[in-house]
Amino acid sequence: MSGRVLVGVKRVIDYAVKIRVKPDRTGVVTDGVKHSMNPFCEIAVEEAVKLKEKKLVKEVVAVSCGPQQVQETIRTALAMGADRGIHVEVSGKDYETLGPLQVSKIFAALAKKEQADLIILGKQAIDDDCNQTGQMTAALLDWPQGTFASEVSFEADKLKVVREIDGGLETIKINLPAVVTADLRLNTPRYATLPNIMKAKKKKIANVKPADLGVDVCSRLEVLKVDEPPQRQAGVKVETVEDLVGKLKEAGRV
Amino acid sequence: MFPACRFSLRARRCVGALKAIQAEHVTPQLYSTRSSSSTVPRITTHYTVYPRDKDPRWEGVEMERFADEADVVIVGGGPAGLSAAIRLKQLANQHEKELRVCVVEKASQIGAHTLSGACLEPTALSELIPDWKERGAPLNTPVTEDKFSILTEKYRIPVPILPGLPMNNHGNYLVRLGHFVRWLGEQAEELGVELYPGYAAAEVLFHEDGSVKGIATNDVGIAKDGSPKDVFERGMELHAKVTMFGEGCHGHLAKQLYKQFNLRENCEPQTYAIGLKELWVIDEKKWRPGRTEHSVGWPLNRNTYGGSFLYHLNEGEPLVALGFVVGLDYTNPYLSPFREFQRWKHHPSIMSTLEGGNRIAYGARALNEGGFQSIPKLTFPGGMLIGCSPGFMNVPKIKGTHTAMKSGMLAAENAFSKITDENLQSETAGLYIPEYEEAFKKSWIWKELYSVRNIRPSFHNYFGLYGGMVYTGIFYWIFRGKEPWTLKHIGLDSAQLKPAKDCTPIKYPKPDGKISFDLLSSVALSGTNHEHDQPPHLTLKDDSVPVAQNLAIYDGPEQRFCPAGVYEYVPLETSDGMRLQINAQNCVHCKTCDIKDPSQNINWVVPEGSGGPAYNGL
Repeated sequence: MSGRVLVGVKRVIDYAVKIRVKPDRTGVVTDGVKHSMNPFCEIAVEEAVKLKEKKLVKEVVAVSCGPQQVQETIRTALAMGADRGIHVEVSGKDYETLGPLQVSKIFAALAKKEQADLIILGKQAIDDDCNQTGQMTAALLDWPQGTFASEVSFEADKLKVVREIDGGLETIKINLPAVVTADLRLNTPRYATLPNIMKAKKKKIANVKPADLGVDVCSRLEVLKVDEPPQRQAGVKVETVEDLVGKLKEAGRV
Repeated sequence: MFPACRFSLRARRCVGALKAIQAEHVTPQLYSTRSSSSTVPRITTHYTVYPRDKDPRWEGVEMERFADEADVVIVGGGPAGLSAAIRLKQLANQHEKELRVCVVEKASQIGAHTLSGACLEPTALSELIPDWKERGAPLNTPVTEDKFSILTEKYRIPVPILPGLPMNNHGNYLVRLGHFVRWLGEQAEELGVELYPGYAAAEVLFHEDGSVKGIATNDVGIAKDGSPKDVFERGMELHAKVTMFGEGCHGHLAKQLYKQFNLRENCEPQTYAIGLKELWVIDEKKWRPGRTEHSVGWPLNRNTYGGSFLYHLNEGEPLVALGFVVGLDYTNPYLSPFREFQRWKHHPSIMSTLEGGNRIAYGARALNEGGFQSIPKLTFPGGMLIGCSPGFMNVPKIKGTHTAMKSGMLAAENAFSKITDENLQSETAGLYIPEYEEAFKKSWIWKELYSVRNIRPSFHNYFGLYGGMVYTGIFYWIFRGKEPWTLKHIGLDSAQLKPAKDCTPIKYPKPDGKISFDLLSSVALSGTNHEHDQPPHLTLKDDSVPVAQNLAIYDGPEQRFCPAGVYEYVPLETSDGMRLQINAQNCVHCKTCDIKDPSQNINWVVPEGSGGPAYNGL
């Protein structure tokens, strides 16, 4: 047991910013737009750091895939308490088409290389809402997964995970090594304060290329078109029930 | 109704109030707030109003701060702050000296809180970074056409811009200032400046001898009610030999420093305006990159200072930056700068440009208009003021970026020589650098501001706008501002409002959703957000004053001058009357409320760092 935790952090457009579709309809405008760490990734980092503080794990490694700018996101994770970072360099067209399948292949390769015991990810990213990377990574590694975790604890040499599911809460015990994805109520992330940001500048961030890990980041998906959601149409007020039924019949709904 | 022998004290008070209403015909609203015996609902919870050392919830909480030393700390990563940082590092490299320069900026990224027209005069930039073009500075739109007009409700009267008039823009560039500031940030980082966006300077620190020691960044993790959360952490102290304050117009730390060091004893109070701006992607057929349009007149009356700008940018897509400025010395409390802006867009000459276009950004910021007469003392032991914070905007030119940058450069040059002087014997622990002020007085900023000093005050005459234009024509264009007198401003902006009963409410047209828009959708476009569980950073010295004074006398002007809908008067839940609701999350950090509040009861303090608008190239 190496006691090493890999935490994935994704740099996404900040949740409060209004998204604008690019004029050529191939995606959204990202240049100059405020970005920050995916909120669920913050929760994942916080959980990893908490486990380290409880001395249940020995080292927290923050990983992010993307262009030069993701180093800021890794630094934030380092400021929150991660020990070192790994920047998987993916830029340009490759970055635009980077999706959960490629990222989970990268994580799987890194997990083997770093001999990680635990991978903690956010349950989903707020830009694509895929909710796939954690599950795919576990499948590629053939590891158990505890997704939508609202509580994580160690019991002997197993991991007890309380999962938030549609019907309520489900508690499972899984073997290590495992993949856990963080849900909202897992914890409240700490702030990355300035002294920690300054200290984080001294922590190491290693640069790796996907090819070094034997991963092909070519996408199997092609984005055909990106559009804004349709404008909400005004409603129509009717006076009587007969009018309502009439209008529904007109619209072919009844 | 009530048998006399069973009158309780409360009932007696109510009956008395009712009788008073009948007697004086005053609006019931006024009286119900006074006669209701409920206390004013608590609005302010910030520790600057309710100190934590007296607060039992803070007992035992670790309040020690981590401290670090730098040579120079600069508050504010805008044109002035970054120019100062760049200049310091240039000098350090030139003279092969080590210099640690730290810039703290409350925005989450450099440029995210920057908002300006903007038409940039590249003089200061060329002095700072002569090879700015090769380095890719985003000055992509040289001014090709310059138009000035007076608007009436339906028509547009063009005014010729003769060379020599301050609003002649030949040789200048239309820029997206946020992107320009971002580029300056990159230049600064290349030179080794330590930039810390997302960390606000919340407190000025002092040595025992009273000189400035540095600043402390904001604490994090304080709940909305003022109590500590689990994630509470103290801010950090950054100590420096000299601290430069470049917070922009009406900085909150500068406000404290004026009092602390009496920096305003020999100058007039600063006067301000609010500028609201939008970015539009327009129909390509209507796009004329490099065209600069300014207007005065409609929809403002001749006694309310203000005007508009519309710049066609050349940045790839057919983008126009347009906006409206209203002087904050306006007198009618029913005036809403935001709605004047929306209304102005419906003028036929403007609408023709915007029709078929799409609004993509919105923001607002106060700007200073006091000019020469309002420049305070710029240096004090341990610190200096740079940029729009003391205020160097050339009002008739509507440009302040070049003067802000130059002031940063002058501050840097004089600070550098003092810091690296090995034989220096300073009287105070924080360095006092009066050479900066002397250099400033010999610089072109001083000459420029002196020559236009009388233009803004000349608007305070019976003919208002027209009197001002005549004055400008005679004394600036012909005499170049050499007249021997200096006109005075009319006093504090906050003192100019007339009581609501003496003014007529303004009927604004409803927004049509295509050209003009409502306030809340505009605020959403600014991308502003704050951590919701923190004390509101719009603090009130006295929670009862808004309803008792602002609402009672001025009909709550803050509901109208705030460009982000922060202030709302809502009915009380349990009794009659109104209360002030502060939607602090909407704040776009424009500072207008701190300036225009007639009771001067609102004190804007900095919220947790990285909160606020997320402007992209505004």
